[in-house]
Amino acid sequence: MGKTKTATFSRRWDKLKKSWYKFSKNPLSIVGASIVIFVVCLTIFAPFIAPYPEHAGSFVNFNEASMAPSGKHLFGTDVFGRDILSRIIFGYRLSLIMGVVVISIAAPIGISLGLIAGYMKGTWVDTVIMRLTDIFVAVPPLVLALAVCSILTPSVFNAMMAVTLMWWPWYCRMVYGIASSIRNEFFVQAAEVTGSGKPHIIFREILPNCFGPIFTKISLDMGWVILIGAALSFVGLGAQPPTPDLGTMVAEGGRYMPDQWWIAVFPAIAIMFVVFGFNILGDGIRDMLEVEEV
Amino acid sequence: MVEKLLDIRDLHVQFDVYGGTLKVLNGVNLCMEEGEKVGLVGETGCGKTTTAKSILRILPEPPARIPKGEIFFKNQDILKMGSRDIRRIHAHEISMIFQDPTASLNPVFTIGDQLMEAIKYSSIEDGISKREIQRRAIQSLQDVALPDPERILENYPIQLSGGMRQRICIAMALATRSRLLIADEPTTSLDVTIQDQVLRLLGILVQEKETSTILITHSLGIVREWTKRVYVMYAGAMVETARTEELFEKPLHPYTQGLLKAVPKLTGEGIAKGIPGRIPNYLNPPSGCRFNPRCPHVMPVCKIERPPFFTTEGIHQVACFLYKE
Amino acid sequence: MMAVETLRVTNLKKYFFTKQGVVKAADGVNFSIWEQETLGLVGESGSGKSTVAYTIMGIYAPTQGTILFKGKDISKESKKRSKRFKKDIQIVFQDPGSSLNPRRSIKQILELPLRVHRITNGSRTDQIEQLLNMVELPSDYMYKYPLAIGGGERQIVAIARALATNPSFIVLDEPTSALDVSVQAKIINLLMSLQEELNLTYLFITHDLSLMRNLATRVAIMYLGKICEIAPTVEFFKNPLHPYTRMLLSSIPVVSKDEEELKPKKIISRGEIPSPVNIPPGCSFHLRCPEKMDICTRADPMMIEYAQGHFVRCHLYPIETG
Repeated sequence: MGKTKTATFSRRWDKLKKSWYKFSKNPLSIVGASIVIFVVCLTIFAPFIAPYPEHAGSFVNFNEASMAPSGKHLFGTDVFGRDILSRIIFGYRLSLIMGVVVISIAAPIGISLGLIAGYMKGTWVDTVIMRLTDIFVAVPPLVLALAVCSILTPSVFNAMMAVTLMWWPWYCRMVYGIASSIRNEFFVQAAEVTGSGKPHIIFREILPNCFGPIFTKISLDMGWVILIGAALSFVGLGAQPPTPDLGTMVAEGGRYMPDQWWIAVFPAIAIMFVVFGFNILGDGIRDMLEVEEV
Repeated sequence: MVEKLLDIRDLHVQFDVYGGTLKVLNGVNLCMEEGEKVGLVGETGCGKTTTAKSILRILPEPPARIPKGEIFFKNQDILKMGSRDIRRIHAHEISMIFQDPTASLNPVFTIGDQLMEAIKYSSIEDGISKREIQRRAIQSLQDVALPDPERILENYPIQLSGGMRQRICIAMALATRSRLLIADEPTTSLDVTIQDQVLRLLGILVQEKETSTILITHSLGIVREWTKRVYVMYAGAMVETARTEELFEKPLHPYTQGLLKAVPKLTGEGIAKGIPGRIPNYLNPPSGCRFNPRCPHVMPVCKIERPPFFTTEGIHQVACFLYKE
Repeated sequence: MMAVETLRVTNLKKYFFTKQGVVKAADGVNFSIWEQETLGLVGESGSGKSTVAYTIMGIYAPTQGTILFKGKDISKESKKRSKRFKKDIQIVFQDPGSSLNPRRSIKQILELPLRVHRITNGSRTDQIEQLLNMVELPSDYMYKYPLAIGGGERQIVAIARALATNPSFIVLDEPTSALDVSVQAKIINLLMSLQEELNLTYLFITHDLSLMRNLATRVAIMYLGKICEIAPTVEFFKNPLHPYTRMLLSSIPVVSKDEEELKPKKIISRGEIPSPVNIPPGCSFHLRCPEKMDICTRADPMMIEYAQGHFVRCHLYPIETG
């Protein structure tokens, strides 16, 4: 029994090593992963890393307002005298949380619906699910989010719900395409012919074959959700002051361009930085999950 | 001495992958003269397609590497050529038919588009007129016995059957008037009766146009019916070569013998056991003769040294120490 | 002792209704398979041989006709069949690349039928080890993934999967067509010894007549959805009657002079295989038939028994003879 335990462990270790090899073939993937890990650490340890954590709340110090980047404030201060670097670090929190919440709700819903519709392709189930998807896809995403947010009170939570609402259809469509072609493969027929139940076929036979595109999309989506969240708060429908939010910071800072450029530019770069990281990471994940023949 | 059209000498090809280097081709030797119909027979993974792609320099380098060897085509080493010369070779000298006609034809362009493009880029004369290209396209479709060529030019690949698609690939390869045609398993995906038709056609055409041909296949029956001379390949090297008739009457290499025994025969002798073992792992191939772990006549020297070609009779050569004089 | 009829297919029809028209993939197929026999079902693309196999398996429901398995009617889709039939009838698919889920380990793949049919004699790992032993694969293969092993070995795993439920009847859909000849030899030998050991009955679908010469007890040839000729193996090859059979036999590339002599006179096959949507009237083969007569363009021939057990469907052999 001990022998099998070590055997299992060494097999899993080998699998890990091989996945790392595939992932790290493109050095950019490591850059992407580093960026993401770095940002995640920032958000987790924000109170300890940010030089002026109290500036992330309702803090005001007009003596130090609109100061250019310096040794004391690496990214300068805004019109209220708040340290921009600290606010960016706390702003990342909001962005990442939004990404995680939206995707962890939208993805499972979209994926499940896509799998079911793809497996039952040609039946009424397929038609109902995909037409429902079509309806949601037809609405321009930002418009839908704007509509939802303006009807309800503007808040981070409502922004997240709005974005989730128009996010799941894309997962559904992507998985539908893959599932409907895989459902005709011989291994699915083999499972059916043996008498296996539908849930097993959908979630244990078909779903694993969708992992590659799914995880790549999740990674890319993190970037997108962050951007859309920033866009929503840019127009005032997301986080409300004084909560530090990257989009809001860019919006407010825009007024002071080009003289106090740092108020808008650094948050904007921060957004680009994290989105870039997720995009490159997505490429690496896709490489890692590729199933290859020997 | 007749000048050799193609002379591959001691070709080594390796691929860098996870876990090390795949030493696929291990000293391939092959030569042919103008006008010959040569067969290259071997099982999956033996390196036949790698050899073909090396001749055309279409291996992805990296991960492929060619550490050693020469490929002389009309006395010029292809491996030392620059990309401009290689393009010239593709356009005018060597063409290839691939195994899967569906994958070789672009599904979003019509047959006419693809065929005429091939003709245009291979025309030696500059300023060939569009009408002339079209005429040649129709002619080449007629050459492969496709009915109603004008309509086929308008069709998309998906509208045609597998046999027709493969014949179009043959038409494309031959329309370019190359000196050397490499046909890699051209009929594997076709039905037996269509396969027969297509091979027959190919035979007539290469004779008419005096194109030298290398037919790559894993089917011994096809090689026997279609070629005059044949190479048997195993695990990255040639193990036997002879006139086709002679190879089938007197197979010498233990691998060739095993292969022939494994083919089910119409005479109903039952099915032989096959060759024990598997093809070697190219990451860590056996030393000496790569067939030695599976050989019923293995001797100690086989595990140490790689056997060179020994000539037994005329052009019949075997890479096996059993035949060392 | 009377032979037990394992499978009887009567007037089996499977039509597919598409935008281009009705595809009569199988159009009135009749045959029986007896216990421990191997029936070879031979044909080219469009012949309907795979359709027949899949209808027998229940992947399709028949448009018309009946399928009797050991006397019981199973002429419906597999999801409507009772579980014991799914246990007793198994299939090995054609393409080793896609008949095993590339994302599941071999252990998981072999476990599925055991789990579905609740077969428990010993731990799962032991059962799977036993299955792998039966097909002469090493036990540690259960932890590998399909793409890490060769095509031949994948097919052997597919065979092990079919054996997991201890079936009595296995449909083999071109199991070795994509494989090299030496790997094929190994698998065919395995199938033959398993047949003897476990008293299996096989329906073997293929286009390879040379293989059937050595493996099948009876051979049936299909063309465009109908059986042209069916006979015991030796008789089939000694005395091929149908022009299509002769055309097929004369096109096979063989490897020895002895075999050349056994082939019928070379019939140059002309023309394309018509698509099953555009089946010509009369005998479906008449467009390519070298012996075409006037009646062939008008009337579809009936199957007659030319000699003991040797059936043929061709106007060359009208009902009065034989």
